[in-house]
Amino acid sequence: MTVNDSPLLELRGVRAAYHGITVLHGVDLTVAAGQVVALLGPNGAGKTTVLKAAAGLHPPSAGQLLMGGRDVTGIRPGRLARAGVCLIPEGRGVFPNLSVRDNLLMMTFCGRGREEIEETAYDRFPVLAARRTQQAGTLSGGEQQMLALARGLVTDPAVLLLDELSMGLAPLVVAELYELVAEIARQGVAVLVVEQFAAAVLKIADHAAVLVRGRIQWQGHPDSSLQAELSSYYLGSPT
Amino acid sequence: MDQFLAFTVVGLSTAAIYAVIGSGLVLTHTTAGVFNFAHGAAGMLAAFAYWQLAVGWGWPVPAALAVVLLVLAPAFGLLAERVLMRPVQALGEAERLVMTVALLTGCIALARWVWDPNTPRPLAAFLAGEPALRLGPAVVTWHQAITMATALAIAGGLWFLLHRTRAGTEMRASVDDRALAGLTGADPLRAGRLAWVLGIQLAAVGGILIAPTVALDAQQLSLLIVSAYTAAVFGRLRSLPLTFLGAVVVGLLEAYLAGYLPQNDYLPGLRLAAPALLLLLALLAFPHRRLPGRDRTLVRVPLPGRRGGLVLAGCVLAVALVLVSVLTEDEVISYGTLFPIGVIALSYVPLAGYAGQISLCQLSIAGIGAVVWGHLGAHGALWALPVAVLVAAAVGALVALPALRLSGIYLALGTVAFATVLDRWIFTLPAFHVLGVRISLFDQGSVSVAGPDLFGLRLTSPTDLVLFSAFCLAVTSLGLAALRRGRFGRRLVALRDSEAAYATLGGRLLAAKVAVFALSAGIAGLGGALYGMQLQTVTADQFSLVAGLPVFLIAVVGGLGSVGTGLFTGLAYVVPVQLLDGLGGWAQNLPALLVALAGLGFAHSPAGVIARLRAQWTPLGRDRQLLTALLGVLALCWAVAVLVPAGGRPALAAALVVAMVLRNRAAARAAAPADVPPEWWGVRRPWRPEDGEVLSRATAAAS
Repeated sequence: MTVNDSPLLELRGVRAAYHGITVLHGVDLTVAAGQVVALLGPNGAGKTTVLKAAAGLHPPSAGQLLMGGRDVTGIRPGRLARAGVCLIPEGRGVFPNLSVRDNLLMMTFCGRGREEIEETAYDRFPVLAARRTQQAGTLSGGEQQMLALARGLVTDPAVLLLDELSMGLAPLVVAELYELVAEIARQGVAVLVVEQFAAAVLKIADHAAVLVRGRIQWQGHPDSSLQAELSSYYLGSPT
Repeated sequence: MDQFLAFTVVGLSTAAIYAVIGSGLVLTHTTAGVFNFAHGAAGMLAAFAYWQLAVGWGWPVPAALAVVLLVLAPAFGLLAERVLMRPVQALGEAERLVMTVALLTGCIALARWVWDPNTPRPLAAFLAGEPALRLGPAVVTWHQAITMATALAIAGGLWFLLHRTRAGTEMRASVDDRALAGLTGADPLRAGRLAWVLGIQLAAVGGILIAPTVALDAQQLSLLIVSAYTAAVFGRLRSLPLTFLGAVVVGLLEAYLAGYLPQNDYLPGLRLAAPALLLLLALLAFPHRRLPGRDRTLVRVPLPGRRGGLVLAGCVLAVALVLVSVLTEDEVISYGTLFPIGVIALSYVPLAGYAGQISLCQLSIAGIGAVVWGHLGAHGALWALPVAVLVAAAVGALVALPALRLSGIYLALGTVAFATVLDRWIFTLPAFHVLGVRISLFDQGSVSVAGPDLFGLRLTSPTDLVLFSAFCLAVTSLGLAALRRGRFGRRLVALRDSEAAYATLGGRLLAAKVAVFALSAGIAGLGGALYGMQLQTVTADQFSLVAGLPVFLIAVVGGLGSVGTGLFTGLAYVVPVQLLDGLGGWAQNLPALLVALAGLGFAHSPAGVIARLRAQWTPLGRDRQLLTALLGVLALCWAVAVLVPAGGRPALAAALVVAMVLRNRAAARAAAPADVPPEWWGVRRPWRPEDGEVLSRATAAAS
């Protein structure tokens, strides 16, 4: 599929605050269908808050959230999820006390049937098929992340939001997972990836944005100049 | 052999009921994340409602059943979910526990209020007129057969729901990770509601099935739950099949003990206490783990200052002086219990407030202090008071040993089991001998308690005793404030914040836990002895598990971390009861209901009422002019109350009004605009809600 020009997900001047302290000071960001956008930035820049705002978990205090041109600001996460927004949260986005099969069953709320979901997931991740009755919390970190990411694959989302996919995983596993992310994007899904360790995600990203202290400081094509400049953003003294 | 079979049938049918109730407990625990102490009380209310419809108003049985199970029980479940659990969803395990304890107290009070406990309410068994079924040599009544069939059907249905349907998976997932469940498009709120509706329905089924075999009594029915707790603990609060196994063990044990236990004075109580003993054993034998994926928001433990402690002690003594000078002798007796109750409530402060260990058996331990003093101090010998404290402390240390393995709700359950064993067995024993020492408790009746002999000064009049217990309350409050400031207090708070961190820093968990349990039990024992002195005679009922729950709830509402909890609990426990006493019989159950409502209101102020009161009154305390005015007015009101007959209540009202006016005045003065630089906001003047926005705008503009 080709990259569509009209944005599927759009944040317009989004501001967000925790307990009266503003952490996002007007973020503008667009992700087109089939595009992978990497959102980079140092600790505490507000990257996760951007994702939470986009998934409806943390409603913005000002600004707009648009999906396919429609205003979806303030809609509850459950409804957004059924409308095609899929957030894989930081850590492991699985239910640790549910079996692999029950975890997959929890993906049926977005419209697709149980058999279809199991078939797609087991097809893509044979290791999950072998562990279908095992509790998800007892899987290895990589397997848990596969199960989490399977939701982005099997529920046919319009928008996929990924938070720190690489956390605590071996580099090889991370490369494999990002391979899958690229595959999902090729199906026409708008993908927004938050990552502290830029190298892995920049290999597949079409576009990158750097968030520093709640503001987008730079955005554009992720070429080699960005990699060189990134460290100065992280160290907090961009020239 | 026939006899054995008969006992087995009885045991299995009781087991079926325990299994139904226990599986409801497991269901709400695994799908709503709450261990519901009021589960049995909900079943009790259902049994009463069913009696009212089927017997009281003569409705046909199916109609009554349908209304109770399909309308009233779901409505109760929805209400409980909405009013009780949703506000405390984000708070810790302890807060959710308090809510269900409040619900338990409220249900019992409500049932006693609506259905007069002195009227017998017989409830017929199902199909009582039909001849019993004969299965070989065993005889099974229809009621027993229906009970067992219901339990089996429920077992199958629940298993199918939880493991084979999406609704069941949604419920389990919502407990696992609520936010993630929302992200998948599921609805955690719907799952929670369904869990509560089903849980309460199961409780209702259990209540209706068991009511015909026991008396329809609010307290007794609510506490049948102890047997169901045992069943649920067998299932580690998670597994339904193991819960059923546990229910069978408990049911058969009860039936065989009833049949084969030799009849003498000592053992009947053992049969009643057997489920609780088994609960203790099960708690200790099985490993338990917390429900995962829960945020714990710990409430800060306030650090009392020296001056604050002295002001508090002064207040305690002042209240006592005012009481004895204003009230008649009869009134002094009834109001005077506020100080011993305060001491008992203080026993929660080091244990639950500082160290975070929840105990629901403090009043039972106070009962031990009371009987030890009653027997040894019958002639007022002062040495008996430290002995009473030490015996209570030793019992507390005994409770602490299992506590090392338990925490959170499991510890609370363990203390419930301990209190139940005391209630049903130990406190009912006649005097017995151990190693030649005669041990006597409540002597199957009441024990008279004398006042102490203070170095030749015999305290006998109610006035003397009130002053003495007020003095004890003041000293205990001061002592606990000093403890919090000291090394041991800091260690206890560290232990509460993280046991693992405490242990890795080289702290000894066993020593600290045993010490704090013993200390708190000693305080409770002192409170019990003082309570006995005020009451002059004590019975076991006054120190039962259920009697202790309101004290716990009020202490929680006050704030377990504050040393002011003693005075607060005493006042809040005693004064409304006495004030409402004049209103006649209908108001009798109102105080218990109020306590429950206050407990439910706790969600809105988890740090406790005392912290809020302190913040409200501090400006007045710092304003010399207004403080002098207040003390003057209070002295004047006191004089009026002493000198003018029947002037007490108007003077009290006037004092309260003036105090409120002065408080607001002082607050207004303190908040007067002063040019405080931003770095001192929240330090030199209180933090205001709009400050955050002002600051973040300023920093955003600067960067």
